[in-house]
Amino acid sequence: MSVTATRQPTPDISRRRASLRPSENLVAGALVALLCVFLLISIAFPLYALLSKSVLNARGEFVGLANFAAYFANPILVTSLFNSLFIAALSTVIVIPLAFTYAYALTRTCMPAKPLFYALALLPLFAPSLMSALSLVYIFGNQGFLRWMLFGNTIYGPIGIVIAQVTYTFPHAVLILVTALGLSDGRLYEVADALGTSKTRIFRTVTLPGAQYGLISAAFVVFTLVITDFGIPKVIGGQYNVLATDVYRAVVGQQNFEMGAVVGMILLVPAVLAYSVDRIVNRRQVALLSARAVPYQPAPKKARDLGFVVYCLVVAFLVAAALGVAVWASFIQYWPYNLSFTTANYNFPRFEPNGWNPYFTSVKMAALASIIGTVVIFTGAYVIEKTKAFPMARGFAHFLAMLPVAVPGLVLGLGYVFFFNAPWNPLNIFYATLTILVVNTITHFFTVSHITALTALKQIDREFESVSASLKVPFWNTFRRVTVPICLPSILDIAVYLFINAMTTVSAVIFLYGAQTKLASISIVHMDEAGFIAAAAAMATMIVATSIAVKVLHILLDRFFLARFQFWRRR
Amino acid sequence: MKNRLKLTVAAAALAVASVAGQVGAQTALTVYTALENDQLGPIKQAIEAAVPDVEIVWMRDSTGVITARFLAEADNPQADMVLGLAVSSLMMFDERGLLASYAPVGAEALAPAFRDDRDEPTWIGMDAYVGVICHNTAEGGAAGIETPTSWQDLLAPEFEGKIVMPHPASSGTGYLTVAAWLQMMGEDDGWAFMDALHQNMAAYLHSGSAPCVQAARGERVAGIALDMRGVQERAMGAPLEVVVPSEGVGWEMEAAAIVLGTDHMEAAQSVMDWIATLEANEVFQQTYAIVAHPDATNYPDGYPEGVQEALIDNDFGWMAANRERILAEWTSRYEAKAAPRN
Repeated sequence: MSVTATRQPTPDISRRRASLRPSENLVAGALVALLCVFLLISIAFPLYALLSKSVLNARGEFVGLANFAAYFANPILVTSLFNSLFIAALSTVIVIPLAFTYAYALTRTCMPAKPLFYALALLPLFAPSLMSALSLVYIFGNQGFLRWMLFGNTIYGPIGIVIAQVTYTFPHAVLILVTALGLSDGRLYEVADALGTSKTRIFRTVTLPGAQYGLISAAFVVFTLVITDFGIPKVIGGQYNVLATDVYRAVVGQQNFEMGAVVGMILLVPAVLAYSVDRIVNRRQVALLSARAVPYQPAPKKARDLGFVVYCLVVAFLVAAALGVAVWASFIQYWPYNLSFTTANYNFPRFEPNGWNPYFTSVKMAALASIIGTVVIFTGAYVIEKTKAFPMARGFAHFLAMLPVAVPGLVLGLGYVFFFNAPWNPLNIFYATLTILVVNTITHFFTVSHITALTALKQIDREFESVSASLKVPFWNTFRRVTVPICLPSILDIAVYLFINAMTTVSAVIFLYGAQTKLASISIVHMDEAGFIAAAAAMATMIVATSIAVKVLHILLDRFFLARFQFWRRR
Repeated sequence: MKNRLKLTVAAAALAVASVAGQVGAQTALTVYTALENDQLGPIKQAIEAAVPDVEIVWMRDSTGVITARFLAEADNPQADMVLGLAVSSLMMFDERGLLASYAPVGAEALAPAFRDDRDEPTWIGMDAYVGVICHNTAEGGAAGIETPTSWQDLLAPEFEGKIVMPHPASSGTGYLTVAAWLQMMGEDDGWAFMDALHQNMAAYLHSGSAPCVQAARGERVAGIALDMRGVQERAMGAPLEVVVPSEGVGWEMEAAAIVLGTDHMEAAQSVMDWIATLEANEVFQQTYAIVAHPDATNYPDGYPEGVQEALIDNDFGWMAANRERILAEWTSRYEAKAAPRN
């Protein structure tokens, strides 16, 4: 197209201008419209379906808040609500100081091997949340090698849930806090130092206030992750009921969709709250750093640096152990009576009706979500950011694109059940197919990818579009020849982010899979449920290995291949 | 670029569509089942070998979950067949008119209890499974607990927090065991027994296998579970005793049926015919001690003695008719009390 377009004879320039501009607008408009339709179907309608389901009865009649009243009249379910709040609050209180100290060590000290420590802290991102719960069964279960450390308490319950949640949410908190602590004005420290302020006072009056928005944001993210996570309480919760397992039991076990919708709406509250707080915090954060700020450079200090190395070693070891034990256990013959090594637990047909298929379905789903998602999200961000037609529609598309981050996976999955499985919906032919799993996964992780794409696009001067326009080059040529090559690292980031999350997600897809589209992460839940914990650990190991392999490939590509496209960045 | 974008979108759509509608030359039968995971592979192979051009696609979950899912989908059934599900669930489906009537060829050779003898039969029996006690002798010995021989033995205070059993709402094994206690002891004594047993219970698990697997791994001392899981775990080296309680054991028949309105009636009927054969029953017998065909003698190794004699006189009609009532009563008694435990 581009070749024929540029070689077209141009007899009359004025007529060409007249014909080209509207068509370019048309294409841009069509793309914006397509994006809006996609987001309406993939996020807005399912959310509306969930909302409406929560105020209808089983026969579809409007009953107002009767379902909510029924929920709060049931003491078992209300107990779950309090259990969930307790678990989430406790996990947050534990993980934030842990992660803050870790992030402090990574940003404000001169300790060695920082990249290694950073990578170790991020390890749990590559595993399904419930993997650390599987490890805990081996460590602290009734036959666990460290069970004496619990002093007779059981790991099946709040203790196990909290330990596993801390491991699972730790990298998320570290990521946010490293960013928050990385942004600081070195001049404040110089001044404080010059005035002879004590170290603790500097920490209290300069460091903490500087990172407070990061702390708030991290606390809300952790709280939301914990309260909506389903995998961990399912594996290690014992008889300790929480909201997320209630939803699962109501919807999968009893097919009580109305009660599922009510719990889904309740789960939406902390997530929406977290989202709003995050937006407010982000708006203020901008004003924090002035243009004249000088990045803080830590000075080496032996005792302090050594102390932080020891701290990070301990924490990184615990995080790595929380995954490593499950990997190790997946090769054990028969715990605890026969500890010889075997690969028999990877013989999935013995434990799982579809054998190895869930693993390959997962890889296929992740690859499709990654490729299609990257194309949709990056093209979408481009038309929103760089084209000028239909400002209202572009604004609406951006609003929809920012919505999914406020919707927990479990809630999104429920919305999909209600919307895509409705008898009146012609789209219900997609129910239980790979298509719906791909669309669900892209949507679930849309916002972060969208922001990544926008950030990359904002770095490119609008001059490119202006110059292209004055040269009569249609925007899609600029997009292909200039924008995409410049943004290739970010595009790859988005693709890898989507792939890894598609491999590890459990909560969004647990309601959506069908007989032929069971995913590896769901198969872990089922194998654990049947008591095949070693096989569950084996499948989790396959997921981690695949995710890490893709990430390593990404780093290699980024360093050795894409670097050649980025020479222009160097001066 | 426009073309390339179109191409990309088209290719993506094609890829999705081809995956979405995998339609081969074979007839894919979506079969809802509660069979154990390790039984599905061999049975699928056997069916596909015996019935040409049929591909079995399993949708597997616990008895309670599959039953609830099937009932919820009643307006828009997703399954072609139900195979290896508790007959009490199939009777509920039948009552609501969700099953197609078919008399499999050769069904008259099966033991009478495994036949649907009505003029328009809907289901055919396959096998029976039994709720027994898996007792870990190594952990029991270490804790000074003797191997139980009866249900009453499980009430001993030494067992406190050391027993697990399947949740009757999720698991077929759980429900058949609860139903057996109520039938054997009568409703009042049955609930009183469960109240006492609840004091010793560590957890109610959502699978009929998991309690035995947990007992086998020493995670618990005793697990109430389905018979064959215990036999298999012991064969794998677990220090496990499979106890057939002296009062008698509950059991449930697993059966197969065709879902009304299936697009693949002929293929489904061929599968039903195969289920009635001796050959099929010998396949079932690799993992079930008790099967429908009286001539099947492929008895599994290591199966405990005296099970046939201990089977209670089970009333499936009563089990089907009272399922919802019993589960509601059970939930109100134990789920509320169970929640704060642990």
